[in-house]
Amino acid sequence: MNIRVKVNGRLYEADVEPRTLLAYFLREQLNLTGTHIGCDTTTCGACTVLFDGKPIKSCTVLAVQADGHEVMTVEGLESNGQLHPLQSAFWEDHALQCGYCTPGMLMAAYGLLQTNPAPTDEEIREALSGNICRCTGYMNIVKAVQNAARQMAGENQEVIEEAAVSGTSTD
Amino acid sequence: MFPNAFKYEAPTSVDEAVRLMTEYGYDSKVLAGGQSLLPMMKLRIAAPAVLIDVNGIQDLKGWREADGKLRIGALVRHAELEHASELDDKYPLLSRTARWIADPPIRNRGTVCGSLVHADPGSDWGAAMIALRAEVEVQGTEGNRLIPIDEFFVDTFATSLNENELAVAVHVPTPGGPVAARYMKLERRAGDFAIAALAVHIVLDSEGRVAEGGIGIGACGPIPLRATKAEEALIGQPITEETIATVSRLVPEDADPADDLRGSAAYKRDLLRVFAARALREIAEELHGRVGNE
Ligand SMILES: Cc1cc2nc3c(=O)[nH]c(=O)nc-3n(C[C@H](O)[C@H](O)[C@H](O)COP(=O)(O)OP(=O)(O)OC[C@H]3O[C@@H](n4cnc5c(N)ncnc54)[C@H](O)[C@@H]3O)c2cc1C
Ligand code: FES
Ligand code: FES
Repeated sequence: MNIRVKVNGRLYEADVEPRTLLAYFLREQLNLTGTHIGCDTTTCGACTVLFDGKPIKSCTVLAVQADGHEVMTVEGLESNGQLHPLQSAFWEDHALQCGYCTPGMLMAAYGLLQTNPAPTDEEIREALSGNICRCTGYMNIVKAVQNAARQMAGENQEVIEEAAVSGTSTD
Repeated sequence: MFPNAFKYEAPTSVDEAVRLMTEYGYDSKVLAGGQSLLPMMKLRIAAPAVLIDVNGIQDLKGWREADGKLRIGALVRHAELEHASELDDKYPLLSRTARWIADPPIRNRGTVCGSLVHADPGSDWGAAMIALRAEVEVQGTEGNRLIPIDEFFVDTFATSLNENELAVAVHVPTPGGPVAARYMKLERRAGDFAIAALAVHIVLDSEGRVAEGGIGIGACGPIPLRATKAEEALIGQPITEETIATVSRLVPEDADPADDLRGSAAYKRDLLRVFAARALREIAEELHGRVGNE
């Protein structure tokens, strides 16, 4: 079947078998291997991507279901060679060891910060409860998401202040 | 892991979906959120020859209130009800239940109706819809019918839906007085199905007595169950410590739990008793002061 799907802002057209799962399509047909497959049973969350802006487990959605929809993978986080604040915070705060869970953690956290830019630790833990990490013990992951949230709020603040100084409006 | 090969159909109307279901019959399966069906297909427990993906049917999306009911369309996802704060006043059990289901990414895909049709005895919506005395609206070639939730679940993974009937919505009655609800669930770890779960939905009359009392039991029998004896003892009573003690002791009497990896039957029965007491106490505290004002 032919599908048209936007991944990280780029439109792809591809021929897929109906039984192809989105995670395998991303990895094997689009070569976006940042999305990991850990359990294949909808449990671990390593395969988490955004589907129309919301985190989902891409091992449990068919690629044909993405036809006409937008997907964002971990590769879509950095822009112009600059790591996203979440990626930098994971690095700075040692929020990963083996890194297997990291793409899923980043996407679930990204999804959270889109709707809740200043979450509590409890809200972060709830948002990441479908993502399993066997290495870190989660403490540093929660810390990194907090730091990224602060950093992103600060960036927004800077933009607003710069605009105020130069007398232009942000909107 | 990937499923057996299948033919993929993506109808855009309910009529077309029903026509496809009729044409393919037993060989086909409806695909809604896919959060139960796709895992089963990957494990090859299910291997339908045809998948009828209903995600593109606009008429199945969203909810609306009309004729004393809230009609929740078949494509409403768990997460939508979790975050629908505008429904909290009249239908507090919905968000209180939704937040306990699986984990956030699964809740972004899985649907309320899919969970009911899948008919897992541990379905959180199963227990909640029993408490709410919901009805499932289904459409087949002969038209629409409403199935009361007490007639909907037949056995584990079996419902009274005919082979070519599509669940199009679930209807929840609008309460006629002050309402409060609790969803109580114990799980082995975050995101798991319940060891035992209890849904309690209470509507008071102008005298502060229980006008409607619904108690649904999850994961303690072949299907979600109603705590009939406890409901009978609750109706018409003010929620006092005495009522709470009587009612909570009666709840396990309608449960039928089994010893399994999640716990012993005796443990699950006791959980239900404790859940009932906690839920009723919290509901009484919440409604106190609003009683008689409406
Ligand atoms: C790891 C994991 C943990 C989970 N934990 C929980 C939990 O704690 N509590 C809980 O309640 N659930 C849990 N679930 C199940 C989840 O809630 C599913 O979303 C739900 O059971 C099925 O809904 P769905 O929309 O995904 O249905 P699907 O998987 O698409 O379909 C399920 C079945 O229903 C049929 N069907 C679906 N919609 C219709 C319709 N409109 N008309 C006719 N037939 C239909 C399908 O043909 C299929 O047989 C869990 C799932 C996973 C993978
Ligand atoms: S690979 Fe998808 S949840 Fe583990
Ligand atoms: S860093 Fe190894 S699983 Fe999370």
